[in-house]
Amino acid sequence: MKEWPLWEIFIRSQHGLAHKHVGSLHAVDAEMAIENARDVYTRRNEGVSIWVVPSAEVVASSPGEKAPLYDPARSKVYRHPTFFPMPDEIKGM
Amino acid sequence: MYAQNVDTGVTRLRSKDELSDAEREFQDRIDNDIRIEPKDWMPEGYRKTLIRQISQHAHSEIVGQLPEGNWLTRAPSLKRKLILLAKVQDEAGHGLYLYSAAETLGVSRDEMQDALHTGKAKYSSIFNYPTLTWADIGAIGWLVDGSAIINQVPICRCSFGPYARAMVRVCKEESFHQRQGFDIMMTLAQGTPEQKQMAQDSLNRWWWPSIMMHGPRDEDSVNSAQSMEWKIKLFTNDELRQKFIDQTVPQAEYLGLTIPDPDLKWNEETGHYDYGEPNWDEFWQVLKGHGPCNRERLQARVDAHENGAWVREAAVAYADKQAAKRSTAVSQVA
Ligand SMILES: [Fe+2]
Ligand SMILES: [Fe+2]
Repeated sequence: MKEWPLWEIFIRSQHGLAHKHVGSLHAVDAEMAIENARDVYTRRNEGVSIWVVPSAEVVASSPGEKAPLYDPARSKVYRHPTFFPMPDEIKGM
Repeated sequence: MYAQNVDTGVTRLRSKDELSDAEREFQDRIDNDIRIEPKDWMPEGYRKTLIRQISQHAHSEIVGQLPEGNWLTRAPSLKRKLILLAKVQDEAGHGLYLYSAAETLGVSRDEMQDALHTGKAKYSSIFNYPTLTWADIGAIGWLVDGSAIINQVPICRCSFGPYARAMVRVCKEESFHQRQGFDIMMTLAQGTPEQKQMAQDSLNRWWWPSIMMHGPRDEDSVNSAQSMEWKIKLFTNDELRQKFIDQTVPQAEYLGLTIPDPDLKWNEETGHYDYGEPNWDEFWQVLKGHGPCNRERLQARVDAHENGAWVREAAVAYADKQAAKRSTAVSQVA
């Protein structure tokens, strides 16, 4: 028999933060994935909202291309506020 | 521990200049505490060893439900029953987190379960002992989950991302397990003389298996050395065992129970307890499948899997039918 498909589970906690990836599980469909996610990942009030996504649908960046992919950010240090020196007299900035 | 005597496939530890460029780069990342993620390049031996270790750990969580499951219907009160049910349910979750972590390495759930059911894959020796009295549920939580905490906290820092992250979740749940066990022991130890005797008897039977659970002495083990080089094992078996003993002896004293080791005594010089040698023969026998409950445990897993097959098939058939219904509904609208 074929294995049940794998789902990635995302939970939003009560504190208003974004959904966060918590793990994965097998389920036959989305409804069962949500029910299983509730049983596995929210037994201690960890969340108020659950997203389930078929693992096969996740498109990821390739780890081999890490250098070229993130390289453009490296030379642009002026994007960080600390790039600009501020006189001590200036407050609130 | 939950993964004992994990084979790394190496016969000797190679020095850094014996490694290929890719291997050396990989080892550098590990030495610099950069986590390895599933899609990163990794040596085949690392991948295989991790699959062995994580799946063995997962099997232990699942088989570990059986000795406690034995007392779910016999717990002395409704409160104890609810607590034990929650604890055993947590263990099912631990199994799931770990299977998922192993799956990221390219092994399927079915393959892993198959390996367990055919006896190819191992699970921890500790779960091959019987739970004869209610006190055993206390002893398991106190000693076995206590050992698990000592073993699993360092794995939260191991080199493989999904394993480390799974351990963080597991460890958060584990202290509840240990405390509920200690609470059972405390209630019995402070109860009638018969109850206290029951607690003592349980400690007598579970002490040595808990000591051996940390695995064989590992001074000369090449597998252990390789696993430590890869940072999928962070302390030796003996270090973890010592930590467990040092932590547990005062707890037993508080309970007024005697640890069944005549050689156990505080060593002022080392700052640790000295302890006697367990019966390693027994350990290897249990690992080879000849423990008191090996057959029963494996049979229970195989039965559960086979008797549940129709449920898994029906769920797939139902999901397929619903999906087909949805797609006809969509084409009718269009
Ligand atoms: Fe566990
Ligand atoms: Fe546990």
